[in-house]
Amino acid sequence: MPEHHCSLCHIGLEGVGVQRGGQTLLHDVSMHIHCGQLTALIGQNGAGKTTLIRALLGELPHSGHIRHVDDHGRDIPHLRTGYVPQHLHFDKEMPVTVEDFMAAAFTRRPVWTGVSKKTRQAVEAALDDVEAAELMQRPLGRCSGGELQRVLLALALNPAPDLLVLDEPVSGVDQNGLRMFLDTVLRLKETHHMAILLVSHDLHLVREYADHVVLLDKTVLAQGSAENVFQTEQFDAVFGQGKEAL
Amino acid sequence: MDVIYGIMDAVLPLEALQFSFMKNAFLAILLLTPLLGLLGTMAVNQQMAFFSDALGHSALTGIGLGIVLGVSSDLLSMIVFGVVWAVLICRIKQTGATSTDTVISVFSSTSIAAGLLILSRGGGFAKYSSLLIGDVLAVTPADLGWLLMALIVGVVLWVQMYNRLLLTSVNESLARSRGVKTHLTECAFVVLVAVAVMLAIKWVGVMLINALLILPAAAGRNLARNSRQHALWSVVIALGSGVAGLLSAYAWDTSAGAAIVLYAAGCYAISLAGRSLLKR
Repeated sequence: MPEHHCSLCHIGLEGVGVQRGGQTLLHDVSMHIHCGQLTALIGQNGAGKTTLIRALLGELPHSGHIRHVDDHGRDIPHLRTGYVPQHLHFDKEMPVTVEDFMAAAFTRRPVWTGVSKKTRQAVEAALDDVEAAELMQRPLGRCSGGELQRVLLALALNPAPDLLVLDEPVSGVDQNGLRMFLDTVLRLKETHHMAILLVSHDLHLVREYADHVVLLDKTVLAQGSAENVFQTEQFDAVFGQGKEAL
Repeated sequence: MDVIYGIMDAVLPLEALQFSFMKNAFLAILLLTPLLGLLGTMAVNQQMAFFSDALGHSALTGIGLGIVLGVSSDLLSMIVFGVVWAVLICRIKQTGATSTDTVISVFSSTSIAAGLLILSRGGGFAKYSSLLIGDVLAVTPADLGWLLMALIVGVVLWVQMYNRLLLTSVNESLARSRGVKTHLTECAFVVLVAVAVMLAIKWVGVMLINALLILPAAAGRNLARNSRQHALWSVVIALGSGVAGLLSAYAWDTSAGAAIVLYAAGCYAISLAGRSLLKR
């Protein structure tokens, strides 16, 4: 049964550190991101959350090891990550539709020559999976924050990743859009059985959605279930008043 | 060439096209404008109008340096310098040290000054003034060969890089997570723009080259809803303005580059009006 096996399947960080320009951005980060679980990364601004993500995506050189381990405890050399960025900076007037954007990621045929029927079907299926099929012909610049997050999620899920990284997908999205987004993520967690790493500032949502919480400040201060982590001294030290609001 | 001229006489029996210099100019426009139209779409979407403007100015330095170093071909020294210059800006931009705007401005003014310093030595800048306004009537059959090659190579590269460039322009980390070499892609694009601009400068002129790259794409953007329409409109407007401009310049006995750009500007004005109709 998958539940039984997947306690072993994970992305494991062992003593990961990142140095840049003589500064230590991260040191001795050790944690597991399990398949079929949503792991939340919390911490203040500047705690190194984005740095950790960039190291995971292979964008920053790092010390230590990042291992991808399968159900049987064997190393898998390849780690396919799906990434949903925090925000997009692009020209809102650009005549590029959601379909163009996704087709550009799916195929080599340049989208200025048009989109083939096969690609169109693939794009439609991907959007359908996140309940966003109606956005297909919408220009990218005319999508709301929440709609863009869905499009980016659809993109991140195709091809199916081993690790889905959601970089604070909350900014610029209203509460309703956010819940819809996370409910979709939760559904996908069950059906696709992938490891999910969520970076978030919203502790309410973390408590509600995360299976595992990692508190970061240059290194791992505490990790475990949300209940446990929220009761640690380290959590108090980092969030102080934030805690009383919970 | 005679075969091509013969075909042109049969298909386009225009009085203006009876001379072979007009035929050459006409063919040059047919080869150059579609490439500029295509590249322009991305230049406009990435808000690179200022960059390509500065790139055009660097042609002066390229020629100047070519003369100092004793390079026989103007075009060669322009292209080599333009490419080096474009890669340099691209790399500096990617380090994220200074704002792009400022970097480009510094490069632009430096290259104009250096070019003028060399070319005006001994009071002789007048003989380079054709560089500023261009002369499309001076195209030779050999030039047409080069332009044809540039069009083919340019379009092939454009087919290869477009999707990756589009992803990169929306979000770099996202593009990288999908295996796009974003820095390489960006630099390849500016190099391609640099080569296309340098090839066109002799015919269109330093002062107007940027308009030919930006205006058709800017007009097309007002009318298009997706990437395909954008490319289509941009190429059609570039081609149409090019042909109309050339024929008008012949009729009015004036600069072809200027006439072409004015037609493109007219298209832009119309597209602004059309935009409100199409998008509502």
